[in-house]
Amino acid sequence: MVQDLSDRSQYPARNRDGTLDVDLTSGKYLKLWQGPNHPGITGNMSVELTVCGDEVVEGKTHVGYLHRGFEKLMERRTFIQCFPIVCRICVPEPDFNEYCYAAAVEELAGVEIPEQAKWIRTLILEMGRFNSLMMYLGGQSGSLGLGVIGQWTTYVRDLMLDRFEELTGARIYHMFILPGGVRDTLPEGFDARMEETLREAERTMKDVWNVMFQNAVFRKRTIGVGYINPALFDDYGVTGPTARGGGVAKDVRRDQPYLAYPDLEFEVNVARDSDIYSRADVRRRDALQSIDLIRQILAKMPRTGPVMAKMPNMLHWKIPRGETYIRGECSRGEYGFYVVTDGSGYPRRVNVRGPSYTHAMALLERLIVNCNIADVAALLVSLHTYPPEIER
Amino acid sequence: MPITTVLSPFRAWKFLFQNPVTVRDPLTERPGAPRYRGFHQNDAEKCVGCGTCETICQNGAIDMIDVGLAPKDGDSGLRPRIDYGRCCWCALCVDVCMTGSLSMSNAYTWTDANADAFRFTPGVDKKPWDNDQLGYRRPEGHALHGKDRVEMAELEPEARIGTFDEIVAGYDVARARLEADRCVECGLCVATCPAHMAIPQYIKAVRDGDYERGLALLYETNPFSQVCGRVCTHKCETACAAGHEGDPIAIRWLKRHITDQVPHKDYVRIVGKPKKAAKGEAKTIAVVGAGPAGLTAAYDLARQGHKVVVYEVRKHPGGMPRYGIPEYRLPYDILDADIDVIRAMGVEIKCETRVGSDITMDELKAKNDAVILAIGLHLGRSTRIPGSDHADVRKAVDLLRQVTDEDPVDVPKSLVVIGGGNVAMDIARTMARLQMKAYGEVAVTVTALEDKAHFLADPDEIRECGEEGIDIVDARGPQEVVIDADGRVEGLRTWRVQSIFDAQGRFAPSYDESDERIHPGDMVIEAIGQAAGVDMLGEGLTEALEWNRGRIQVDADGRTSESWLWAIGDCVKGPDVVHAVADGHRAAKSILAAFEGKGDEA
Repeated sequence: MVQDLSDRSQYPARNRDGTLDVDLTSGKYLKLWQGPNHPGITGNMSVELTVCGDEVVEGKTHVGYLHRGFEKLMERRTFIQCFPIVCRICVPEPDFNEYCYAAAVEELAGVEIPEQAKWIRTLILEMGRFNSLMMYLGGQSGSLGLGVIGQWTTYVRDLMLDRFEELTGARIYHMFILPGGVRDTLPEGFDARMEETLREAERTMKDVWNVMFQNAVFRKRTIGVGYINPALFDDYGVTGPTARGGGVAKDVRRDQPYLAYPDLEFEVNVARDSDIYSRADVRRRDALQSIDLIRQILAKMPRTGPVMAKMPNMLHWKIPRGETYIRGECSRGEYGFYVVTDGSGYPRRVNVRGPSYTHAMALLERLIVNCNIADVAALLVSLHTYPPEIER
Repeated sequence: MPITTVLSPFRAWKFLFQNPVTVRDPLTERPGAPRYRGFHQNDAEKCVGCGTCETICQNGAIDMIDVGLAPKDGDSGLRPRIDYGRCCWCALCVDVCMTGSLSMSNAYTWTDANADAFRFTPGVDKKPWDNDQLGYRRPEGHALHGKDRVEMAELEPEARIGTFDEIVAGYDVARARLEADRCVECGLCVATCPAHMAIPQYIKAVRDGDYERGLALLYETNPFSQVCGRVCTHKCETACAAGHEGDPIAIRWLKRHITDQVPHKDYVRIVGKPKKAAKGEAKTIAVVGAGPAGLTAAYDLARQGHKVVVYEVRKHPGGMPRYGIPEYRLPYDILDADIDVIRAMGVEIKCETRVGSDITMDELKAKNDAVILAIGLHLGRSTRIPGSDHADVRKAVDLLRQVTDEDPVDVPKSLVVIGGGNVAMDIARTMARLQMKAYGEVAVTVTALEDKAHFLADPDEIRECGEEGIDIVDARGPQEVVIDADGRVEGLRTWRVQSIFDAQGRFAPSYDESDERIHPGDMVIEAIGQAAGVDMLGEGLTEALEWNRGRIQVDADGRTSESWLWAIGDCVKGPDVVHAVADGHRAAKSILAAFEGKGDEA
């Protein structure tokens, strides 16, 4: 009987309980672990691959290497004590945690933050988005053996970290967006130094375009590879550039504007083909858009007035009963905090909704079938996932 | 695939001709940004060891440790030790620091083979970055707790001068909660309060709106909570950590707020019934003097099931709070309410009974297992200047007593007070009110030895005196009561004070005789201090007791050289209600220990 090889998902056969009938002693299949420490993995997680030749017939994601239990930790910390730990939920893009957490407790407590604080928050989120996308571009090209892009993007990311350092006092975990506002105003001369950084970033982005996106090898290996059927987006909770790469113009910044976004001008970047190249290109354009948005913010933001709302004593701040979900568009898609309060000085429940959880687990397991081993890393990176955020 | 996509990557070759950007950092030292959150700095002199940094640190990276500094009022003597294996550099400790002593340097590189080196006490263990000018400082105006005291409504000067109505209105619930919210629960106040009241806990009760718990907490340590809620000298507020960069918490007013919120009829239920002593175990104790010290001791002993009788010479119990503190500061019904609770514990108070004549000390000794002397300071001292024996030269304590007893007082049209303490302010303001009632105008001059910078009276009292039209003249030494040809008091002659104490610190005022003034007045009131009336002890006991500069010698618990007799309160120590309360507790504890055979046999 001739097997229909065009539908590889039928191969090997399924057992009655739905598992694949893989006989490892047959010599036909091989189990291969990619991760938890592997250059093609975006952090500490692993994918358990079952391969037949160089094709993946099944992939299972394994997480748990980074579980720190933040959501539970927060239930035993006062509202202000949660502030320093939320940023650690997602290492490469920590600011969204700070913003979503602060905005959630502010909403529940009925705190309105000052105008200047809104703009500074927006600035920080865009700076964070740019940095996150720089890491992505380096990772995406690196997953295909193009290591030099990572060096360049790390360089501009480092320049942006310098700006973070002078604005917030820290490079990675900024801990600047406090419930009630932000800690401080922009430092003296910040605009000029930021402009210098943005120009350097633009120069690098041109090089990235020429060497990565205009590269025959990169194009060959990404165009048409890692296709996600847009019909799956809603079922799998696909958001952000991953969805926009498939032609779905979803962007929380436009759809449910927050902070200063209503006052900023920007188009939602979309691409058609829903493959790795489209997603990479959307993210490249997002990075350029962040540069533009940072310029707009610095041009439009107010420079006077308070940056913190009048707050009660933070040491025993109690928030009335309530629940809320605060969302924002991070570099990878919709990021949200679901917070429940019970009138005490501690959050009753905090649930973090990050795009990594949906993208790197269920979606990846589906996409990875029939994928070539060599493309697994590129596919995984193209979903732009951060394992620390999967596990919280 | 167009040919350009094959050629395009070769553009990266241009980097061959550029300097690498990464060479810079490993070779040259790169300072952190001016706001960088690096290793902590702490000004150990400014730090008061309140431990708020330790409270807020969610990593448990801060421990308050003993660094060999002696604790004192408002300073625990502890300093924060930081464990950099736990610190996450969030700087909430800097944001919350009550004195502003804690900050962060911008130093971030430091290597050491010894892991324990990364746990140290900034400011105490010297580090190279201790004097760094750069690094995270709390931004101006940024605070995690409220700095300004919530205002309390009080009578305007015009409204209060004609009456003895209470001046301060007390907080309403909303304001009290706002004020209570500012407390950081450091507990420096508890150590300073002579009675060690559970201040942070009862302030928390205000925040929670749980006034019954608050009241129970108050009465655990202070049966004169209502009185102290109004007239306490609030040393706790001087020690309060919030006072360093803002207003101290209004601890006294919050205490008052709790007592105001609970209906008086519920007090005894909340405070709880006294213990019943086992059969044959109940002792009898006599207390001489129904002031705060004596009644506190009586309250404690009665709560343990002992029989206590308090002997009071005056018409009503209360001692100085009744006969010394004017009604506009402490309404009598408030005092009565506190005393009612004490009575409800089974304390018997025999008023208008003079120990020494109605009943002798020997009789008390014979009838009781222990005797407590809490006779206070009710004899006014005299300046003994020429003319001070005139009938219109009065003692402040006598006049205040007369006002309380509603005995008629001859109110002069104008008068001069000698003294700069709180008693002087009390009598000046009392007489001002009586003048207002009688003549519709105030003419009171207060002359004090001290200059304004060293005044003994509370700043609030001085301010309110001014508002009520009382003239305070500082640095004036009384020389003579001027008496006119008809034998009437005409005024007080004073010289300007140059210094009050001599080189050895003894009281020896020196005057500038060229700066002489006569302060006109039909009456002169002396308010320069009081003495204890110890005649009632009787000759034998006076002889037997050990004395120290005219005061009965007592040990730390108030026990005299006679093992059955304790002496407490103003007559041995002073200076205020809350110290008297603390004295009462100590004596009661000492007596109970003596009953249990822990001390000498009583």
